[in-house]
Amino acid sequence: MFILKILIRNAFRHKLRTFLTILGITVAILAFGLLRTFINAWYGGVEASSASRLVTRSSISLIFSLPISYKEKIRQVDGVRKVSWGNWFGGIYIDEKNFFANFAVDAKSYLELYPEFILSSEETTHFLRDRKGFVAGRKLAKRFGWKIGDTVILRGTIYPGNWDFVLRGIYQGRDETIDETQFFFHWDYLNESLKKTAPSRGDQVGFYMIGINRPDRATEVALAIDQTFKNSLAETLTETEKAFQLSFISMSETIIMAIELVSFVVIIIIIVVVANTMSMTYRERTGEYAIFKTLGYRGWRIAAMIVGESMFITLFGSFLGILLTFPVARIAGRMLSNWFPVFNVAEEAIYMDILASVMIGLLAAIVPTRRAVKIRIADGLRRIG
Amino acid sequence: MKPIVEIIDVSKSYRRGDRVIPVLVDINLNIGEGEFLALMGPSGSGKSTLLNLIAALDQVDSGTIRVGGVDITGLSDNELAEWRAVNVGFIFQFYNLIPVLTAFENVELPLLLTGLSRKEREEHVEMALRIVNLEERMDHYPAHLSGGEQQRVAIARAIITDPTILVADEPTGDLDKVAAREILELMDRLNRESGKTIIMVTHDPRAAEKARVIRRLEKGFLNDVHSQDPH
Ligand SMILES: Nc1ncnc2c1ncn2[C@@H]1O[C@H](COP(=O)(O)OP(=O)(O)O)[C@@H](O)[C@H]1O
Ligand SMILES: [Mg+2]
Repeated sequence: MFILKILIRNAFRHKLRTFLTILGITVAILAFGLLRTFINAWYGGVEASSASRLVTRSSISLIFSLPISYKEKIRQVDGVRKVSWGNWFGGIYIDEKNFFANFAVDAKSYLELYPEFILSSEETTHFLRDRKGFVAGRKLAKRFGWKIGDTVILRGTIYPGNWDFVLRGIYQGRDETIDETQFFFHWDYLNESLKKTAPSRGDQVGFYMIGINRPDRATEVALAIDQTFKNSLAETLTETEKAFQLSFISMSETIIMAIELVSFVVIIIIIVVVANTMSMTYRERTGEYAIFKTLGYRGWRIAAMIVGESMFITLFGSFLGILLTFPVARIAGRMLSNWFPVFNVAEEAIYMDILASVMIGLLAAIVPTRRAVKIRIADGLRRIG
Repeated sequence: MKPIVEIIDVSKSYRRGDRVIPVLVDINLNIGEGEFLALMGPSGSGKSTLLNLIAALDQVDSGTIRVGGVDITGLSDNELAEWRAVNVGFIFQFYNLIPVLTAFENVELPLLLTGLSRKEREEHVEMALRIVNLEERMDHYPAHLSGGEQQRVAIARAIITDPTILVADEPTGDLDKVAAREILELMDRLNRESGKTIIMVTHDPRAAEKARVIRRLEKGFLNDVHSQDPH
């Protein structure tokens, strides 16, 4: 109790210095938390992806498509529960900078396969009934102020021309890890139009999405599917949804590693800053620690005073930093929503914040504590006067 | 008179670079229980060094020091800390109070290492502050006390555990005449009325007057005994 009292009073002896140190810690923890959140957001799609879904695509590249006729054969593979399919549409809304993901999908099976997209049964019915209907995520609809019944025109890039759609449903994510910025419409609509304008491009599928019965058999089922199309005109590559998502991310792995590195550098810098504050403090109080020793206070009590003060300052600053992380991440999330559909402060980031601040507090106190415990009383007392 | 402090063949030197500077050479000294001893001598003669050795703040190079029958030269650092807390009261030239603690809290410091309850501690501290006549100032921080008052707080802290010996290193060295006299009278009273053994380092002859015995240190050697009659 006494140690707590004295370390708090000591901490506020140099108000400006303590304030600046706390401010530094707050900013560092905030930066660290945001960088961790950024990294998390990067892997967001992977986190949300289900282990019980596979994605089948052309073994050559994502750009190449597969015939629609594969769907029957895939359905017959042992372990397959449901098959859906889609094409990356790549339409532009008014301007290129309004980027968002848009797909043509087989609507009914897609909704069944992705229960994490929550759509009311009424809207589901309306969407399924309207050939030109589309469904948008809540965030996306909000971003452009779309209401149910609105007509939205996308300019095709892969599929030329202006395509008009009617908003029939707005889905919500089951939880906050779910992307609420998607745009999907009927694959049939795309296919029938293509058959009229560019027949050679009809009946082609960009990827199949496959629900399986048992996640633990994913590899087996994926192999069986690829085996089915071995030596056919269009060979396939089937992987779990997670692996599929990761294949996008790995391209930018280096960037993520750089960010990860920066996040740790921030912590190292703040450790040095706090260590410097604690060393200054120690130099000023060498005599006082000698007095405590003179009175019979043992090393561990002195250590507790110094480590305690360091911890107190650090945790104070970290607490503010963590508190600030939430509103700042929300603002950042809004600004980055085009690139990161999900930008939430992960629990994990908070744990890392706490871990980092404990490390800062301890490491910054090591040198002064060692000195205070080691110094001979007679030498310490000589510094007074 | 039974000696409470026995110093036998004690030597101490310091190393400065690769030169060894002998500070104390074969010191022998007995201090009786209830004695008030003044250690005098020019600056740099080793007075503080000797006092620190008696008070177990520093280790001898050779020789033996016994205080209250205990050979303190054979104790470990932790044992010494414990021993000091019980057996020695310290008074320094610069008072050495902790600035972030009030007079009361400063006096309480040694008691926090004992098993006394909060209530008992409070009673003891108030009593000690009454002895040095500073009860009214107990909530003041050192910065708001005069030098003489700070030294009285330090004396209260030194006597709070009722130690075997009181050591004082130039206790009046930083005080004006009036305050110095007050402090010396207080120490005199503690010696006469409570029978405290006091070992005081000073180079102020007026301070030494209060002592019952004066010993002089000269370049590391201890000179003859000067006993003075109580006035
Ligand atoms: N820790 C130390 N390291 C080196 N020299 C010291 C140390 N402590 C004291 N000395 C030297 O020992 C001598 C005696 O010092 P001290 O006991 O403080 O003298 P006094 O108290 O009589 O003025 C001085 O020359 C001083 O410089
Ligand atoms: Mg001295």
